[in-house]
Amino acid sequence: MAFVRFMLDGQEYLAEEGAQLVAAAKDCGVYIPTLCNYPGVRPKGACRICTVLVNGIPHTACTTKVVEDMSVVTSTPELEAFRKSIVEILFAEGNHLCPICERSGNCELQALAYRYRMTVPQFPYLFPKRDVEAWHPKLIKDHNRCILCKRCIRGIFNEEGQAIFAFGKRGDRLIINIDPETSKDISDELAQQAMDICPVGAILRKGKGFDVPIGRRTYDQQPIGSEVAP
Amino acid sequence: MSAGTPTGKKIVATTSLAGCFGCHMSFLDIDERLLDLIELVEFNKSPLDDIKTFTKDCDIGLIEGGCCNDENVHVLMEFRRRCKTLVALGECAIMGGLPAMRNTISLQECLDEAYRLGPTVADSNPGRIIPCDPDIPRILNRVYPCHEVVQIDYFLPGCPPNADLIWDALTSLLAGKELALEYRTFKYD
Repeated sequence: MAFVRFMLDGQEYLAEEGAQLVAAAKDCGVYIPTLCNYPGVRPKGACRICTVLVNGIPHTACTTKVVEDMSVVTSTPELEAFRKSIVEILFAEGNHLCPICERSGNCELQALAYRYRMTVPQFPYLFPKRDVEAWHPKLIKDHNRCILCKRCIRGIFNEEGQAIFAFGKRGDRLIINIDPETSKDISDELAQQAMDICPVGAILRKGKGFDVPIGRRTYDQQPIGSEVAP
Repeated sequence: MSAGTPTGKKIVATTSLAGCFGCHMSFLDIDERLLDLIELVEFNKSPLDDIKTFTKDCDIGLIEGGCCNDENVHVLMEFRRRCKTLVALGECAIMGGLPAMRNTISLQECLDEAYRLGPTVADSNPGRIIPCDPDIPRILNRVYPCHEVVQIDYFLPGCPPNADLIWDALTSLLAGKELALEYRTFKYD
């Protein structure tokens, strides 16, 4: 196992050569915000929230590997404003009605909006017409909340290794569908995994209610990222 | 525009547009601090004191709810004219909230469901009449967040906004300070 030296926010650190920058920074106690990234799932660089400066050039930290002598800056006023504007785009682009969402308090998109103190998006709300698929036996897919991060497509497979989620349609009508065949007999555990892998409330397990009171949910007391850098 | 009372109290107006009065209830949740507040401010047009029309210009206007009909728009524009600072209070004022769930459905479909085709219509509206009276505000094609209708100066999220958030924001505004927006009270639900 080869270790390399690299600069992170002006400090020199050691990391395994080829380690994912997000994970390496986490080990160094530096938080890089992520949304489409999920530990154990192949990174995609879809949401761009994790954009950092690598040798002065913007890179998505989830798809960047640590190499010798690289210099990384994780936070500048411009990067923070850029990240906030991505969150605002996502809020304006879907129908994110936090007060009625089962995921509220545990939602990564909402948590990032709290972190950046988003009061109102700078972009106009689009109010797109989207469906709620409640007819699947094990899962509910609420397209209003889906941010197309692809975490479910990349990370959830049934016992035979078949994909349960897949893209459908194109362009601004792009959606993530549940395969009715491969998803109909999945275990409750896998349904829970699918619900957990979704950063927002777009995938819900059927028959699962609110079970954590307000005040004790994941992001009620501490901002997202506090677990890495308090 | 002149505001303030001879005793130096700032003047506050509040209203509930397409909202549920939950934000006003949360406002009252500042509990005994209400006694401190009435030392600092005088209320003008507001459901809290039941003053129906503005009698003077105000320093701060608190707006609950978005705009779902022409009366909401009229009231909001009057608030903009009469208040130095406008604050959008709560999810409905900021993004339309629950009423905005109709924004993906055409107005015709909404009216048909409510007055002509819905399952409970037969008993309550045997003539299948869609109300259209000059005294009834006309419903808009969709629900508009307040900042899409007039300039809004501050936004306090929450459904309803936490009472401490309202208190902190109001006292900061009265003191002419920047709003702190503490993490614990800054929530969307």
